[in-house]
Amino acid sequence: MTLTSLAQASYVVAAVLFVLSLAGLSKQETARRGNLLGMAGMVLALAATVILALDQSERSVLVTALLIAMVFAIGAGFGIWRARTVEMTQMPELIAILHSFVGLAAVLVGFNSHLTEHGDAIHQVEVFLGVFIGAVTFTGSIVAFLKLSARMKSRPLTLPGRNLLNLGAVVASAGLLGWYIATDSLLPLGIMTAIALLLGFHLVAAIGGGDMPVVVSMLNSYSGWAAAAAGLMLSNDLLIVTGALVGSSGAILSYLMCKAMNRAFLSVILGGFGAEGGTASSAGEQGEHREVLAPEVAETLAGASSVIIVPGYGMAVAQAQHAVRELADLIEANGAEVSFAIHPVAGRMPGHMNVLLAEANVPYDKLVEMDDINQTIDTVDACIVIGANDVVNPAAREDEGSPIYGMPIIEADRARNVFVLKRSMASGFAGIPNPLFYRSNTRMVFGDAKETIEILVEEFKD
Amino acid sequence: MSFDMLFVFMLTVFLGFELISKVPSTLHTPLMSGANAISGITLIGALVAVNLSDAGGVFSHVLGVLAVVFATINVVGGYVVTNRMLAMFKKKEGPR
Repeated sequence: MTLTSLAQASYVVAAVLFVLSLAGLSKQETARRGNLLGMAGMVLALAATVILALDQSERSVLVTALLIAMVFAIGAGFGIWRARTVEMTQMPELIAILHSFVGLAAVLVGFNSHLTEHGDAIHQVEVFLGVFIGAVTFTGSIVAFLKLSARMKSRPLTLPGRNLLNLGAVVASAGLLGWYIATDSLLPLGIMTAIALLLGFHLVAAIGGGDMPVVVSMLNSYSGWAAAAAGLMLSNDLLIVTGALVGSSGAILSYLMCKAMNRAFLSVILGGFGAEGGTASSAGEQGEHREVLAPEVAETLAGASSVIIVPGYGMAVAQAQHAVRELADLIEANGAEVSFAIHPVAGRMPGHMNVLLAEANVPYDKLVEMDDINQTIDTVDACIVIGANDVVNPAAREDEGSPIYGMPIIEADRARNVFVLKRSMASGFAGIPNPLFYRSNTRMVFGDAKETIEILVEEFKD
Repeated sequence: MSFDMLFVFMLTVFLGFELISKVPSTLHTPLMSGANAISGITLIGALVAVNLSDAGGVFSHVLGVLAVVFATINVVGGYVVTNRMLAMFKKKEGPR
């Protein structure tokens, strides 16, 4: 058996390990094993590639090995440092920036392939596609990162005729592909890269903060397609298989999330959601909101026999998850039943709230999904909404003119008492007014969520 | 590219759809970061590309090495962070 066929064989094993990894990651009991299988696959594939590279290298084996080790060390060191130090609340940003690296790597591999290999038209198409997808993933992820870390406004950027702009970019790129195939010169490839970079920027800039979970998962999918394109470019089956796996699983995950929001997949991707703001009917006659202070909330909670907590992005921003868990423990010790109602798209990435509450050691079985909580919410004494807005907006049920009409929500307004912890009366990311705040059973508690919860905890201890 | 590759590609796409169609929302984040780490497989592509770079001159080498660095950050960072998250999910199963 030659070294090359040995490498091919280990690629096959690695591909199987990746499939098992994804299958494992999709179930609670097997998730850790799934991740470990993925790591094993990666190590195996890398080892095979490095050994093959050493064997084919024209320099001395030692020099090549040292060079490879050095480059690995830089990347691995940086990667471990970021992954170890990142706060759980910053997880969406980290994942977004990691996606951008895949995109960038695909662009670099594409240009490299252009410089080193002058193949036929099919190879040119592959290079072109790889660079295009990679560039869109790269800038798209950067914008997502900037929006998630609040370095850029999360409101959708709505240029006039934005769909035409996107279409124009795609058409122009197709034209450039023709030019590239005809001449095999760097110029059309470079122009297309610039266009694709702008397209990625514009696509994600046009999407509002509330749709970020879908965007992050879409970018995950794009990064997979970019890897698959690189695989086609280099005729590497392992890259094709792995990229296609990640691409399609990311796409289906995004689709599932869109279904949870009752939104058309395409309209999320094309963006601009929520830019029109609320309708006249919901903006006008809302009446007064009622404000209370923390001690009064504590009194109600002390007398409650069932309490649900609805966390949202605000809890993540305030880093309130540990205080929230402490409060939940105290309420439980007081004899009430406490559960957490998790909306599928609460937060800024899929599963965001679950990760935060897990970090604060909230037991897994305390987290209840939206459909289950809505069946029993009428009998709940107190519902505490922490930094969530659109996912509890009753306009989704009642106001046909509302942009979120039809989206499944946690029906917090049906609980006997609702406390909304919020910094001010400002509307959410989507800019949609929320009638929940003006209901007769709703009380607003203004201030930083973490501070408010800490006051509640103190009150409860006394 | 041969049609064999396209064949493999299409089949894998469907496999991916099937694998992920029923995932509890708790696992969305780890699944995504795990999948992201896997898509760092571009690292293999980057390594292969660097290896071919001798034909493309210095600039080509620089591109290749940069690609390897970025892909490595993605792979290593992705796995470490996924592991960290899953460890949190696991911790509370014990005492219960």
